[in-house]
Amino acid sequence: MSEREIVLTVNGVEHRVRVEPRRTLVDTLRETIGLTGTHVGCEHGVCGACTVLLDGEPVRACLMFAVQAEGKAIRTVEGLATGDTLHPMQQAFMDHHALQCGFCTPGFLMLAVGVLERQPDITDDEIVDMLSSNLCRCTGYVNIIKAVRAVAAQGRVA
Amino acid sequence: MKPAPFVHHVPRSLDEAVEMLARVAEDDGRILAGGQTLVPTMALRLARPSHLVDINTIPELTRIEVADGALVVGACVRHAAFHRPVEPGPLGALLATVVRHIAHLPIRTRGTMCGSLANADPASEWCLVAETLGAMLELRSVRGTRTIAADAFNLGYLETALAPDEMLAFVRLPLLPATTRFGFEEVSRRAGDYAQAMALAVCEIEGGVMRAVRLGLGAVEGKPRRLAEAEALLEGARPEPDLFRRAGAVASGLAEPVEADEEVAVYKRHLAGVVVERALLRAASIATDGSSHEIIRGVP
Amino acid sequence: MTVVPARAAMVPAGTNAPRLIGQPVARLEDPPLLRGEGCFAGDVSFPHQLHMRVVRAQVAHGRILSIDTQPARARPGVVAVWTAADVAEVPPIPFRATKVQGLEAYCQPVLARGVVRYVGEPLAVVFANDAYAAEDVADLVVPEIEERPALLDAGEPPREFEPGRDTEPTVIRKGYGDVAAAFAAAAHVIELDLSVGRHSGVPLECRGAVARYDASRDVLEMYGAAKKSHWNRDEMARMLGRSPSTFHLYEGHVGGGFGVRGELYPEDVLVCVAALRLRRPVKWIEDRRENLVATNHSRQQRHRIAAAVDAEGRILGIRDQFFHDQGAYVRTHGARVADMAAGLLLGPYRVPAYEVAGHFRLTNKTPAATYRSPGRYETTFVRERLMDAVAQKVGIDAVEVRRRNLVASAEMPYARPLDALGTDVVLDSGDYAGLLGKALSRAGWDDRKAEVARRRASGEIVGLGLGMFVEKSGLGPSDGVRLTVDPSGCIELVTGAGSVGQGMETALAQICGEALGVDYRRIRVVRGRTDQIEFGNGAHASRVTVMSGSATQIAARAVREKALAAAAEMLQADPADLDLVDGRVVRRGGGARASVGLDEVARHLHPSSRYIGRRPPGLSAEGWFYSDHMNYPYGVHIAQVRLDPGTGMVHVERYLVAYDVGRAVNPMLIDGQIVGGLAQGLGGALYEQFTYDAQGQPLATTFADYLMVTAREMPDTVDVLITEDAPSPLNPLGLKGAGEGGTNAAGAAVAAAVDDALGRPGFVTALPVSPARIVAALATARTGAAS
Repeated sequence: MSEREIVLTVNGVEHRVRVEPRRTLVDTLRETIGLTGTHVGCEHGVCGACTVLLDGEPVRACLMFAVQAEGKAIRTVEGLATGDTLHPMQQAFMDHHALQCGFCTPGFLMLAVGVLERQPDITDDEIVDMLSSNLCRCTGYVNIIKAVRAVAAQGRVA
Repeated sequence: MKPAPFVHHVPRSLDEAVEMLARVAEDDGRILAGGQTLVPTMALRLARPSHLVDINTIPELTRIEVADGALVVGACVRHAAFHRPVEPGPLGALLATVVRHIAHLPIRTRGTMCGSLANADPASEWCLVAETLGAMLELRSVRGTRTIAADAFNLGYLETALAPDEMLAFVRLPLLPATTRFGFEEVSRRAGDYAQAMALAVCEIEGGVMRAVRLGLGAVEGKPRRLAEAEALLEGARPEPDLFRRAGAVASGLAEPVEADEEVAVYKRHLAGVVVERALLRAASIATDGSSHEIIRGVP
Repeated sequence: MTVVPARAAMVPAGTNAPRLIGQPVARLEDPPLLRGEGCFAGDVSFPHQLHMRVVRAQVAHGRILSIDTQPARARPGVVAVWTAADVAEVPPIPFRATKVQGLEAYCQPVLARGVVRYVGEPLAVVFANDAYAAEDVADLVVPEIEERPALLDAGEPPREFEPGRDTEPTVIRKGYGDVAAAFAAAAHVIELDLSVGRHSGVPLECRGAVARYDASRDVLEMYGAAKKSHWNRDEMARMLGRSPSTFHLYEGHVGGGFGVRGELYPEDVLVCVAALRLRRPVKWIEDRRENLVATNHSRQQRHRIAAAVDAEGRILGIRDQFFHDQGAYVRTHGARVADMAAGLLLGPYRVPAYEVAGHFRLTNKTPAATYRSPGRYETTFVRERLMDAVAQKVGIDAVEVRRRNLVASAEMPYARPLDALGTDVVLDSGDYAGLLGKALSRAGWDDRKAEVARRRASGEIVGLGLGMFVEKSGLGPSDGVRLTVDPSGCIELVTGAGSVGQGMETALAQICGEALGVDYRRIRVVRGRTDQIEFGNGAHASRVTVMSGSATQIAARAVREKALAAAAEMLQADPADLDLVDGRVVRRGGGARASVGLDEVARHLHPSSRYIGRRPPGLSAEGWFYSDHMNYPYGVHIAQVRLDPGTGMVHVERYLVAYDVGRAVNPMLIDGQIVGGLAQGLGGALYEQFTYDAQGQPLATTFADYLMVTAREMPDTVDVLITEDAPSPLNPLGLKGAGEGGTNAAGAAVAAAVDDALGRPGFVTALPVSPARIVAALATARTGAAS
């Protein structure tokens, strides 16, 4: 199949890649660019493990083709921490034991960071609604909710 | 679950889009808008379009504005655009209420209203809204433009009046009079799941009685429908719980679920009555949980 | 619960140092997982790798007439296409033996041979340079299959599996006492017909395997292993005719286990065969649709159970006949789930006579095996339904009926004349009535009852229910670890156990750190690698903390002794006067005046050290722990539910899990295990189910159909009470496993609460609870009230 050369801007870095139009954004991030922090959980948009930020908004990277992401600012879990310092959301997940196997974690982090950046005054109930977008099979969500509420309460993401 | 190959076309204008579509229509060419249904369908290889005409970069299709008494929504307006009221009247509030029931936030940031209408899933919230409010749909092709009512457009279970070379470019939702009240009720198994049943009730209350009643039922039959018999029962009547219960019973009686399984069909008929009754209670602001006219802050 | 964040982690620092065991310290595992730097199976890639794609059966049962691979082979870029004929020498997938005999003929071939027996069964595999291309090619493989009727109900009479064998490989019979006499003497006999639906673990990470043959070293490697790396390695080595020492499995990060992940599946064998034959690395990543039809299912059973009780509701005897829906083949667990169901059904109660017949039957569905709390989730539902029915029959409440029948703490250890998993069932320790009391008090049972009554009076449909259970954990027979202090003072702990994300690295490091006297963060846990340690038993059956934890303590003490002895030389002191604190050997009460670090001790014992003499070099030790018996943690679940009168949907308002784990190494991790396990238990009680149509087509093949709970469906309030009332006498730390108690009684407690809400004892007879049935019951109740 014919490949197309595109430039993807991921965490502020430009990547020039050749992809088939059918290649999803998540496969391109993982396989072509080598950023494997974004995970593939269902490939039909339900589980949210592949959630990334596209121009600041959380999207399912399995439901977009990479060619559609050209010119957009893509943010992935690899871009959250600053050097050795974890992003407040990452630190809160650690402090509240909001991860076990860690497979869904990048998706939850990007979802929560994306929403809290745009809606710092989010209510507790809205947080539960927002987090119901993604699936976790280990934690039972209680600690994820706690972690996100703690970050929201401290206003640390804005 | 990797999509089959396709040729990706990127038109820069609506005219160019329909030209491209005309060229590839016979070769299973499709429009790609939000892709939140089409892409998973392709991942499952239940759809294998050879060509996708990607309309995401066409500025005129992001149009959302009030014109000639209607809200005009372009084919690339995302669900998320409706999180906050897009116009100050009841329609904006109605759309902001309904949109919260569409899947989950990351789907709403990509999926589009017109895409939902063109997909014609029986459980689509926007299909119910379009049917109930009498939306008009503007279809474009190289052959020209035609405008068609939502009811005539939706042919039931994933079928529409769209010709292979046609695309849904805009939908026009009539603005609602300022005194209009509405209630929306949806039953789904889990948060964000496809609806098992939903109802939209719209009316005005003048002098203690209901006027201009519109009552739509969705997710039960192959396509959403207005419940004329129930509307007739309600028109001119005082909004009271007993009446709403009777309207629900009418809805249950009329509903013809598509399910083959008798137990499921019985349950869905029952749910039809429940959602109708509850939607009416919300519209009349006698919902017990106080959620009838809550204006949602939503995600900006 | 208070969680100590990593930055303030408690470490031993001086003689009054807080202990590590029992502390909710932050996890060692977290940083790479949070930063997107984990290494899951899909993250492993090698240059020039091939991608394998499996062609799966689309019909539930049929004879394979032909499989046309020509169009696929003709496609450019296709390296190979195999059907059963191409792997004829590869034996079927084996199973771990129990006492149950005669299962071999029912094992699954790696590619279907002659017959397909479930939708999703591997028929062929293709190998191409790219995952997308491999899927294109797989579409071109066209099987021709003559369909046969599908057997979909394990309750139906068995049919022919193959000539001379029917679809009931075995009936598991256990029992003791005079059951007939018990029923003859009974004041009441209660009979129930109960069933549990088909659920599974469904980890968020699908399976994956990447195999590579390194001819230069003659080593075959497979990445993506989990749970049972050593057993899988040994069995695959046998199947492929290789010596185990030239074949290594590597467990990386594992995106959830829950019993199903890390078993030996056809795809694991196929990638290894392919890497050998094709001389290129071969990668296979399962997709979600495959996962829902190809990875083990679990749970599905139907029980016809009867209890004989006296006039006060004391059990005289229990008789159970159950039908276990195994699916199409026997897999690696053999008949273990049915065996455990039969052996562990009685839970915490004193039952003088018992007789069970478990019909282990094959159907044309995805093969089944263990899923978190296997055999217990099902039988706790059945047994606790039975107890509620007994209470109803004799007119006592749910608490009293249990109190009258619980095994008393004075009776511990309590030997049942039964076996499960090949070990005798000896309840090692427990204060069941004590925990029931604590749970009721913690939940405010009486207040809750009053609240529920009040709300019912105002028209709400609310109810309370409870379930009690006994779990099992710490399956033997043995576990070993090797502990090495390197010359920088860092400690490597190599274990044959595995991690499926439960936090075992942290728990083992805590045990090690406490026994050795070092900061747990200086300990690196290496697990799931067959090249690093000769033996291992992986991660399952809530065994890791118990077995590997005990072995870790033994190894750490041995290293400590060595370190003290060497330091005594270095400090010219008596070892008895020395202590190991925070990574340094110090004089007791002597401050830091003269001390040596573990790094110095390790260098002192280095082979190149001039002090080494003729003793074996290195500051290291192995620790082995053996156990013949399982131990038995126990617990109580209490649920409060609200039913939507219109839709029949069940909302869980409050939930309590009280669980006695003997000794909690890290309460934060245990709390996490319990709440996560509860989410799965609630899923099975209310949402999750693999259903099939009449032709055997699976109806739950996406996440839009297989409904796992989201944040929204969790109870409004979840409370966890972890107790340490009954340490296990079977290991030095008193540990019992914590992995499965959150799941175990969720079906039982929710069922009881729904009954209570409806005011219809015995209403729930099947899981998941059906909203449609609830609506029908409410309609009947209204009609009844009106007439």
